[in-house]
Amino acid sequence: MHPAPSVIIFTTLSGLGFGLFMWLGLGTPDVTGIPAFAWFFVAYALSVVGLIASTFHLGNPKNAIYAFSQWRTSWLSREGIMAVVTLFTFAPFAIGKIFLGVTWPLLGNLGTLFAVITVFTTSMMYAQLKTVPRWNMFPLIPVLFELYAIAGGALLAGEARIAGWLILAVTVLQIITWMAGDKKYATLATDKGTATGLGRFGKVRMLESGHTARSYVMDEMVHLIGRKHAHKLRAIATILIGVLPALILLLLPATTPVILLAVASHVIGVAAGRWLFFAEAEHVVGMYSARG
Amino acid sequence: MTALPKTTRKKLGLVIDLDTCVGCHGCVTACKGWNTQNYGAPLSDIDPYGADPSGTFLNRVFSYEVTPEGGGAAQTVHFPRSCLHCEDAPCVTVCPTGASYKRSEDGIVLVNEDRCIGCGLCAWACPYGARELDQLAGVMKKCTLCVDRIYNENLPEEDRLPACVRTCPAGARHFGDLGDPDSDVSKLVASRETVDLMPEQGTRPVNTYLAPRPRDRMGRDAAELKPVATEAKGFLGWLDKALEKL
Repeated sequence: MHPAPSVIIFTTLSGLGFGLFMWLGLGTPDVTGIPAFAWFFVAYALSVVGLIASTFHLGNPKNAIYAFSQWRTSWLSREGIMAVVTLFTFAPFAIGKIFLGVTWPLLGNLGTLFAVITVFTTSMMYAQLKTVPRWNMFPLIPVLFELYAIAGGALLAGEARIAGWLILAVTVLQIITWMAGDKKYATLATDKGTATGLGRFGKVRMLESGHTARSYVMDEMVHLIGRKHAHKLRAIATILIGVLPALILLLLPATTPVILLAVASHVIGVAAGRWLFFAEAEHVVGMYSARG
Repeated sequence: MTALPKTTRKKLGLVIDLDTCVGCHGCVTACKGWNTQNYGAPLSDIDPYGADPSGTFLNRVFSYEVTPEGGGAAQTVHFPRSCLHCEDAPCVTVCPTGASYKRSEDGIVLVNEDRCIGCGLCAWACPYGARELDQLAGVMKKCTLCVDRIYNENLPEEDRLPACVRTCPAGARHFGDLGDPDSDVSKLVASRETVDLMPEQGTRPVNTYLAPRPRDRMGRDAAELKPVATEAKGFLGWLDKALEKL
């Protein structure tokens, strides 16, 4: 799949933003006034910037309002609705904390629940797609997305020790997901024979593509560059997402510069991991145009 | 609404004969022509006369070579690929706006361009590469079964067919109601072997591909060929003998 920068920015930043909301809704850190403003500002900035970035890959954003209409069938529609519901639920909670110095725990907990559901809907947008075997892994992909959000949120909430352990956990789960994806693709029932239905007559090979030029389907769904360096990029992502931040958080004193260093490493690592999430993912339509 | 209809009154679709298709791309050109000048946003081309041309097509003809297991002559199969108007169309249910829908009256899968946001998720959900996002209009384009031809009473009756079917010089493309067992297309399908495209995806396509018939069985056919003459007779016989004597 084509790793569009807008979608990578969206899933990385929004994941962190909603992850931070999960902790803020539970009262961690338990702050009011100016510090509360700073924390809610970060959470809103990350999630809103991410959501705005996600609209950049739309061909026709003027119809965006309709995207809230199909919650009965569409995970993308559900995601849009839940993101807005979560952001609006946290607004009075944040106002109470910042300006009135009061905490409404029920509202916060409800917001946390909505943030968890938002991240789940994002993950299901990918996990539902039978056409992309590496994404079509339930419940592994949703659990991975949730754990990323919770771990990243803990990091931003300043819970250095908890974040360290959560980040170790998400790194292990990411490696498991990579391996599960490799296995799933290697044992896939789809090949050039089932794609064309001609497999029962013999070995199928593409003789001529349907087009000499580029096409939308090839550009969007048959991205080959990422697969070339996949193993090196996985190693780099593993170090940046988890190994380095976890070492920093668990071994060094939890001061602000230390946490910021861990945040920087983690965010760059997650972005690299999300790039791989797209670039590595094979779409079954590639069977129709695969040479050899 | 992006919920799929439980049943459709008709199942309009194409029957494509892989045995007959000669791979001329006439259907591709007719489709592009009709669908650029009629319903919906035109199928644009980007840099059409330049170094890196690309464009939107609703139908593309690939060619495959099938080599029988255990040897034998390879067979070329020309393979037109377009929307299969699936009964369990995954492209419809993923649509966040309701732009993508399947009609309950005839089963055609369409895009309402006035609602489409061009997110591309339907193209991701389609295993057949049947949907292309038009790069100029920013909306998703797909085969409409020429919905603006088949019911169009301003056209002569013989033209009320999808443009690809109307133009096919080989008679490899057929159009009709595959839900009606007495229709011509259903009878054609019943009389022939068919191939399923990625049945493991569970999409239940309406369009049906007729399998290529086996041919060019070299081992058997070659044995049947016997020499028609071993000795030259008549003028050639005289010439042969005369040249021998020289």
